[in-house]
Amino acid sequence: MAISTADTAPVTTAPAPATQAPPPRWRSREALTAWLFILPSLIGFLIFTAGPVVAAGVISLLNWNLFSAPTWAGLHNFARLGPDPTFWSALGSTAYFTLVSVPLTILVSLLLALLLNQGVKRIAVFRSLLLLPYATITVAVAFVWIWLYIPHDGLVNAVLGWFGINGPAWLISDNWAMPALILMSVWKSFGFGMVVFLAGLQAIPQQLYEAGRVDGTSPWNSFRHITLPMLSPALFFVIVTSVIGSFQVFDQALIMTNGGPGTRTTTLVMYIYRTGFENYDQGYAAAQSLVLFAFIVLITAGQFLFQRRLVHYDN
Amino acid sequence: MTTEIRQKLVVFTCFLVTAITLVPVVMMVLVAFQSDGESMAAKPSFWPSSWHPENLTRAFDLVPLGKYLLNTIYFAAGTTLLETVTAALAAYAFARLNFPGRSWLFGIYLATLMIPSQVTLIPQFVLVAKLHGIDTWPGMILPHAFTAIGVFLLRQFFLGIPRDYEEAARLDGANRWQAFIRVIVPLAVPAIATLAVFKFIGQWNNLLWPLVISNSDATRTASVGLQVFQDTNGTQWNLLLMAATVTTVPLIVLFFLTQRWFIRGITMSGLGGR
Repeated sequence: MAISTADTAPVTTAPAPATQAPPPRWRSREALTAWLFILPSLIGFLIFTAGPVVAAGVISLLNWNLFSAPTWAGLHNFARLGPDPTFWSALGSTAYFTLVSVPLTILVSLLLALLLNQGVKRIAVFRSLLLLPYATITVAVAFVWIWLYIPHDGLVNAVLGWFGINGPAWLISDNWAMPALILMSVWKSFGFGMVVFLAGLQAIPQQLYEAGRVDGTSPWNSFRHITLPMLSPALFFVIVTSVIGSFQVFDQALIMTNGGPGTRTTTLVMYIYRTGFENYDQGYAAAQSLVLFAFIVLITAGQFLFQRRLVHYDN
Repeated sequence: MTTEIRQKLVVFTCFLVTAITLVPVVMMVLVAFQSDGESMAAKPSFWPSSWHPENLTRAFDLVPLGKYLLNTIYFAAGTTLLETVTAALAAYAFARLNFPGRSWLFGIYLATLMIPSQVTLIPQFVLVAKLHGIDTWPGMILPHAFTAIGVFLLRQFFLGIPRDYEEAARLDGANRWQAFIRVIVPLAVPAIATLAVFKFIGQWNNLLWPLVISNSDATRTASVGLQVFQDTNGTQWNLLLMAATVTTVPLIVLFFLTQRWFIRGITMSGLGGR
């Protein structure tokens, strides 16, 4: 990967690409044209995306508060993570959020996609309206959810009251603040999976179901043996992207609970934000962000290993 | 007969679920029009007992919401325009032109796809701070206009366009640039529009980056503006939710206008380009 010969002059040493090689002069002109096309993107990409990725590694090895000169810290910032209780609680909160919100979101998305796929007229209207939460500003709808969660007589608790349930104080409750954030997040994001699943369902050939009907397959069995396998690539995609997204949850936690009560809903990204921009401990924040990245890579890799057994790709 | 009952049940469930889903959005608008006393009473009221459209101007008087909205449009449109144009150009070269180093360069783009934006957050902030870009438009826009995802998506789409189309144009004497502008771009309008809509809505929603870069009304976006509103005005619910409504409605309108591409983008990403 790191071996690169950055000579831009396309001399004959370059191995010919798989396609048939055009005459040399034409090819060098083509290379020049290519660089002209790429340059605007490449300059920005190197400065603002690739460069910062490398810089994150370097900054994580420094003691730096932005105002004074940085000093070398070696791996100290990573060693600090071990005895830091806030880091572990942030990791725990993030894991809790992910483990509950992802399955719930997938379940809601799947059920609604199945519902809309029952030959509903004006399906596009329902689909758009159900997708609406996904296209709202998180900060703005987070306000409404704070209002919905008002203790005692808020709308959520008023509805629970109809069923004789005495609702908790939600956002200020140690045990219910995280479930409150999760419920809001499921509401905000289920539309994405629903649209993917609906498209997936509509792509399943009807003959498969007809063949099942001839054989007298029950609806549950046809769901298990036809729908689920045919939908598994879409399911896998939505699970992977949802897990990555959940690991980065920030906006609603900042607005609705500000990480509280205590550090109950302080997520990893919120802790990175606090470390970097409230405590100005840039080196430590960079180290945390790399650990977050490592977790995402590990979990995603794990999911890809797991999918070989469960995901059915139809060619 | 039973299928008819079943169908009615399905439609009823659809209506019910949709109604429940829309409750938060509807409540945001309803509370925005309540009086001060009603919206801040210990026992929240749901339907306004009297309507107060003047809350709209009052919210604008408390914070410059118009300016925040304009800033949000600058930020979202700026990043979207830069990303779409540069990504389309680069994606064309990656899809169609042979040059030494093509595969490893594309490999570097791909390698950054999975890296969460929090990893680049701190170095980007340091870079912008060193270049005196805090609270300026270049500082806001440039770091978020060159992600790999645009190049990746458009390259995939360009690869699917038959080469013959361009070859025909080139036989007619068109150079690469003309072939790109006259043949590829018109064919790729749906893909480019999809990328643009996603980028625009995503950046309209972006909270973290404007939160660290913008520190005055000069560049403050709606997301950050709302957070400031909450900090300074506490739980003046009617005005807070009026501000939330004002900043959300344009996005909802945009969503309904562009939902064709929005939904297409979601399904394209979900079904591997199908």
